[in-house]
Amino acid sequence: MAKRILTALIGAAVMGIGSQASAGTLEDVKAKGFLQCGVNANLAGFGAQDSSGNFAGLDIDLCKGIAAAVFGDATKVKYTALSAKDRFPALQSGEIDLLARNTTWTASRDSQLGFDFRVVNYYDGQGFMTRKDLNVKSALELSGAAVCVQTGTTTELNLADYFKANNLQYNPVVFEKQEEVDAAYNAGRCDVYTTDQSGLYSIRLSLSNPADHVILPEIISKEPLGPAVRQGDSKWFDIVSFTHYAMVTAEEFGITQANVEEMKKSANPDIKRFLGEEEGSTIGADLGLSKDWAVQIIKAVGNYGEAFERNVGQGSNLKIERGLNALWTKGGLQYAPPIR
Amino acid sequence: MAVLGLSDGERHRASSILYNPEYRSYFFQVLTVLVVVWLIYQAWSNAAENLARSNMTAGFGFLSARAGFDLGQSLIEYTSDSTYRRALLVGFLNTLLVGFFGIITATIVGLLVGVGRLSNNWLIARLCTVYVEIFRNIPPLLVIFFWYKGVLAILPDFKQIRQSVQDAKAADPSVVDPSFIISNRGINFPNPIFEPGFNAVWLTLAIGIVASIAFSIWANRQQMSTGKRPPVLLVSLGLIVVLPLLVFLVVGAPISFDYPVLGRFNLSGGGHISPEFLSLYLALSLYTASFIAEIVRAGIRGVPKGQSEAANALGIRPSRSMRLIVLPQALRIIIPPLTSQYLNLIKNSSLAVAAGYADLVQVGNTILNQSGHSIEIIAIWMIVYLTISLTTSLFMNWFNAKMALVER
Repeated sequence: MAKRILTALIGAAVMGIGSQASAGTLEDVKAKGFLQCGVNANLAGFGAQDSSGNFAGLDIDLCKGIAAAVFGDATKVKYTALSAKDRFPALQSGEIDLLARNTTWTASRDSQLGFDFRVVNYYDGQGFMTRKDLNVKSALELSGAAVCVQTGTTTELNLADYFKANNLQYNPVVFEKQEEVDAAYNAGRCDVYTTDQSGLYSIRLSLSNPADHVILPEIISKEPLGPAVRQGDSKWFDIVSFTHYAMVTAEEFGITQANVEEMKKSANPDIKRFLGEEEGSTIGADLGLSKDWAVQIIKAVGNYGEAFERNVGQGSNLKIERGLNALWTKGGLQYAPPIR
Repeated sequence: MAVLGLSDGERHRASSILYNPEYRSYFFQVLTVLVVVWLIYQAWSNAAENLARSNMTAGFGFLSARAGFDLGQSLIEYTSDSTYRRALLVGFLNTLLVGFFGIITATIVGLLVGVGRLSNNWLIARLCTVYVEIFRNIPPLLVIFFWYKGVLAILPDFKQIRQSVQDAKAADPSVVDPSFIISNRGINFPNPIFEPGFNAVWLTLAIGIVASIAFSIWANRQQMSTGKRPPVLLVSLGLIVVLPLLVFLVVGAPISFDYPVLGRFNLSGGGHISPEFLSLYLALSLYTASFIAEIVRAGIRGVPKGQSEAANALGIRPSRSMRLIVLPQALRIIIPPLTSQYLNLIKNSSLAVAAGYADLVQVGNTILNQSGHSIEIIAIWMIVYLTISLTTSLFMNWFNAKMALVER
């Protein structure tokens, strides 16, 4: 017995040694020559693998943008597909450099888990999907329903709070993996599927008969989805944040993947500074990147609007409206600090 | 050679301490303890340092925080306002529930199949062999998947049942909800409610059980002294079944049923067994039963043939010689490996997460995710499983000692 405990302890000690996080993620990434990005592999529009194994989605584009900013080459990314449960330990242990997996920014994740969040690459909210033939018009009619939900998500907590606040009964059916939740809902194990509304649009497409399902109008929570990094590495945090801001800024200026070379010759000093054409500007170098970092990002993934439309908007199967994710100038929440 | 200026006698004593086997063994034991303590300290401080480095808080204080999530199945009162500690307790009880019923079913099925494999009936023996070979050679996780997907796929779709009942009600308002439904949402059945008068029935049942035990002890003595065996089975049946039944009727059948009622989405009220529990329970019991069957077969084979031949020669019937001569001896061979199968069943129940059953691991996973305290949760898991397993072991060791050959 003593021997067994000893072995277990040695194992624990070795694991502990292996999980030391190093000080500078940017230096690590540059040294190994690629970015290790923790993503979703099953959420069309945000992070999903196509039939040939390539990842695509809004979160994937953020990873590519960061690789383009750091290396000038958007292909220098390796992806780690993570479940909702595995994502936080993967980031804490240093297995990944960045978590871009439709993760909701909350106070406890920011403080207690030891992460940093700042940018929101998709403003989402939790919704409900149910079968059309149940004739449900509002989530308030859902009392007594069996609800499928993924464990370890804010969704699970919002669900409990919403039903409690409205004095409704429900029967939770909980799974660890999203595919299991999809399968159980599809098989009729539950009446209602709840997750972020963007996710519902994406999941509905994968059901055996998408037209049989409706997404209810209620949004019961705020779900700001954004990338997370380990706390206490401001330099890396700035690069992640400003990659997103660069995409938003590019949309504000009307700079697209197609016209970025042309825009370099613009007379507008703001645009020249942003694209690294201003004499003596050290913004890129101060971030730890090249002078033309923004150009590299835009060339790789386009501006935020282009990435949105391509992955989840009109250019995709999901056809989600811009809504809250429009630029602040168009009534949305996407806003970037001035890059100067 | 004047080592450190010691005299010859002192040097002699020093070397004798060095080569004294008693002192040596003490030295190495102390050394081992020191190394173990050092390793524990290293592991502990390493973990603490890593936690501090990644700005995480450590400790078990988080267990008193509000859980915030609901659980599908709970044996005790639990809401989203309960604490994480309470949620873990729910998971723990669910683990015990599936382990308890799993062990009972696995033992019964395993015993039947094990004896069945030795049957002279060709068909029964072959069927038992096929069963054992199939379940023994598939990983438990796949067996659980098989049952979960199997249960969900084979059972009738609840949507259609709901639709047909609603249609029938629309056509004829006097139609009542079906009281017993098996569907892909599980099994719904009327739940008995025992009214106060029922206590008399419980009391009679208890008296009946005690009386029948006393009767069988008396019957054994009677058999020893006279060679005639009183009808134990008949009398016990009368005491345990017929007597309480009579009392039940006399006090006016004080029992009512809570019937399931069909709501807009689901059935409410009544008793309910979820498909998650059902599939995990079936998978674990039938998987473990295949191993138990082999242990039983080996145990029976391990009893020398001379024993049953001697019984035959004395004119004892085969069924009685199996029960009174072969099985008691086989039990001594069976019990030790049986214990490890029980432990396996309990440990395999941690695969419940595959079927969405709210056991200790699944609830722990959720808490781990919501609170981020992975090290603490993993420590709790290990301690709980260790405790369950050691307790089961202790009980089985006691049982084994009781069954062991008493040498006179």
